[in-house]
Amino acid sequence: MSSNWHDDAKRVAAGIRRRVLEHTINNNGGYLSQACSSAEILAALYTGIMNLGKPSTPLIPKPFPGVPGPYNKEYFTGGEFNGPHTPEYDRFILSPSQYALVLYACLIETGRMDESGLKQFNKDGSSVEMIGAEHSPGMEVTNGSLGQALSQAAGIALAKKMKKEAGHIWVFMSDGELQIGQTWEAFQFMVYHRLDNMTVYVDVNGYQCDGKMTSVMSIEPAEKRFESFGCTVTRINGHDLNAIEAAAAAPHTDRPLVVLCDTNPCEGLPLLKIKAPKFHYLRMKNEEEHRLFAEALNNMKGLPGGTAGGI
Amino acid sequence: MEIVTRPHGRNLIEWARDKPRVVVLSADLTGSCEVDTFRDTYPSRFISAGIAEQNMMSVSAGMAREGFIPFVHTFAVFIYRRAYDQVAMSIAYSNLPVKMFGFLPGVMTPGGATHQALEDIAIMRSLPNMTVIDTADATEIETMLDPIMAVDGPVYVRMLRGDVPRLFDKKEPFELSVNRTLSTGSDIMVVSCGICTEESIRAVAALRSRGVSVGHIHVSTLKPFNAADILEAVSASKYGVITVENHTTIGGLGTIVSEAMAENGMAKKIEKLGLQDKFAHGASKRCLMKEYGFDAPSIVAAFEKLSGSMTGISEEELKAVEIKPVHSPLKAEDL
Repeated sequence: MSSNWHDDAKRVAAGIRRRVLEHTINNNGGYLSQACSSAEILAALYTGIMNLGKPSTPLIPKPFPGVPGPYNKEYFTGGEFNGPHTPEYDRFILSPSQYALVLYACLIETGRMDESGLKQFNKDGSSVEMIGAEHSPGMEVTNGSLGQALSQAAGIALAKKMKKEAGHIWVFMSDGELQIGQTWEAFQFMVYHRLDNMTVYVDVNGYQCDGKMTSVMSIEPAEKRFESFGCTVTRINGHDLNAIEAAAAAPHTDRPLVVLCDTNPCEGLPLLKIKAPKFHYLRMKNEEEHRLFAEALNNMKGLPGGTAGGI
Repeated sequence: MEIVTRPHGRNLIEWARDKPRVVVLSADLTGSCEVDTFRDTYPSRFISAGIAEQNMMSVSAGMAREGFIPFVHTFAVFIYRRAYDQVAMSIAYSNLPVKMFGFLPGVMTPGGATHQALEDIAIMRSLPNMTVIDTADATEIETMLDPIMAVDGPVYVRMLRGDVPRLFDKKEPFELSVNRTLSTGSDIMVVSCGICTEESIRAVAALRSRGVSVGHIHVSTLKPFNAADILEAVSASKYGVITVENHTTIGGLGTIVSEAMAENGMAKKIEKLGLQDKFAHGASKRCLMKEYGFDAPSIVAAFEKLSGSMTGISEEELKAVEIKPVHSPLKAEDL
């Protein structure tokens, strides 16, 4: 099975890795393993699976508008990059805001953000924040404190059900968030309230800030945990576009759908293995590492489809 | 004194009838927070969240983003202690119109330390975008819903339940950031909030019977705090001011008044009655108010300390004070 958007998704996934790698080299730091592990999931969601409207904001991110408050009438939501919040359209909720850089790259590759937006990353006065907040492109909730986005998405999903709105809620989560108590409170709530208008893709890359997850806190057997909570769950290869697409179509009447995506934090960039097990935030340790990653970037740019986006 | 039974639970039913955007969330304390009747009357607008307050707070934020006005009901401690990060990051940061009703403020429960919200004013008022209210009587409870609906952002209410006294005339509804002057005087000022206002009314009446000129202001909105009338009254007060609160004296009403006085260069003494940097324990409200020193006799003692003169007022005398609904400073003078 191969839908016509798969070629586009492959291009987007390659672009995500390439842009995040280039950014990481230029800034000597970045969330690179997250790009490698989640590129296909985000690419598939944005190019083939979600029903999003066109961005309802200029493609060049506006400057930081000040924090939200009753006195701030200029505040805007980064959700506008995912299109209007009208009843018929789906919604995308990024749960781990630490994936912001990856999402920004995805927005550029899918024509939802101007590539100059990434130049504003982590710059003073910019809305393109390092750990994004709800004014950052592609985000509509603030979830730097992990575990809160899923509950907020559940609130949005419940509200849409009560309003009888068609749009589906797609949540992207990290596996580290499965260690958090609130996450399971949220799944319990989603099942009890039959929120079958929600699908959660989990990037199970097996690593977290301290290193390999099994050396920090195990989340396995993840699919059994979800089953016992009453979710419909499927476990797939998170780099296989066919599997990602098929998972989204799984029937889940009266239940939320969870798609556990087993992924490789070094997918598409084998060189990254030299940093194991510290994948959370990549820094070049020395000139030699810098040279190796720059070489990998050059190789990447030479790959078929790797020249899209004008790098 | 009129005692009103379940004023919030009864009022909410009527008030919410024509407000379909108002939904109630509860964490297994539905009857305990007087929203069981709401659940039974408007089942489609009642959301049971189970004993999972962190999720409940973030869910309410999500619903608020979709145009609903979530009225979250649980014990106060489970809002600001159990789910503080969610209150701060899911609700307050985003300035969402989630209205939180925290029951059992301070010593209103014999449930002990786990159930007694002692530092909630301090914590919630330090949160940007948050409005903080402490209710004192049935009139405030019955008339605050329209004003808090009008607040563009989250509101935290310390709510009373069960049998609640009516201290204020029904014709004088709650207004946000408007204090109530219950009496005026030039010897000493008493500033009180929540259940301590009833205690203060008793103490003020007894002091006045001894010829002491006592001013009394009741505060229901702790944030945004309106200091103007309090500062004016305190500046004219010979012995300074006594603040009385069902809360730790760190960060609550006493602190708020102190800050306002200092910011205005007002050199007057302040006696802050309330819990003095201590947790409480499982015992009756009456016992705890006495033990921790914020009942009517404690207010009299604070006056005696500030003025350096003994009044001879007995506990029995304070208990015997008759309380009528107050609707103007003049009426209060008669107490």
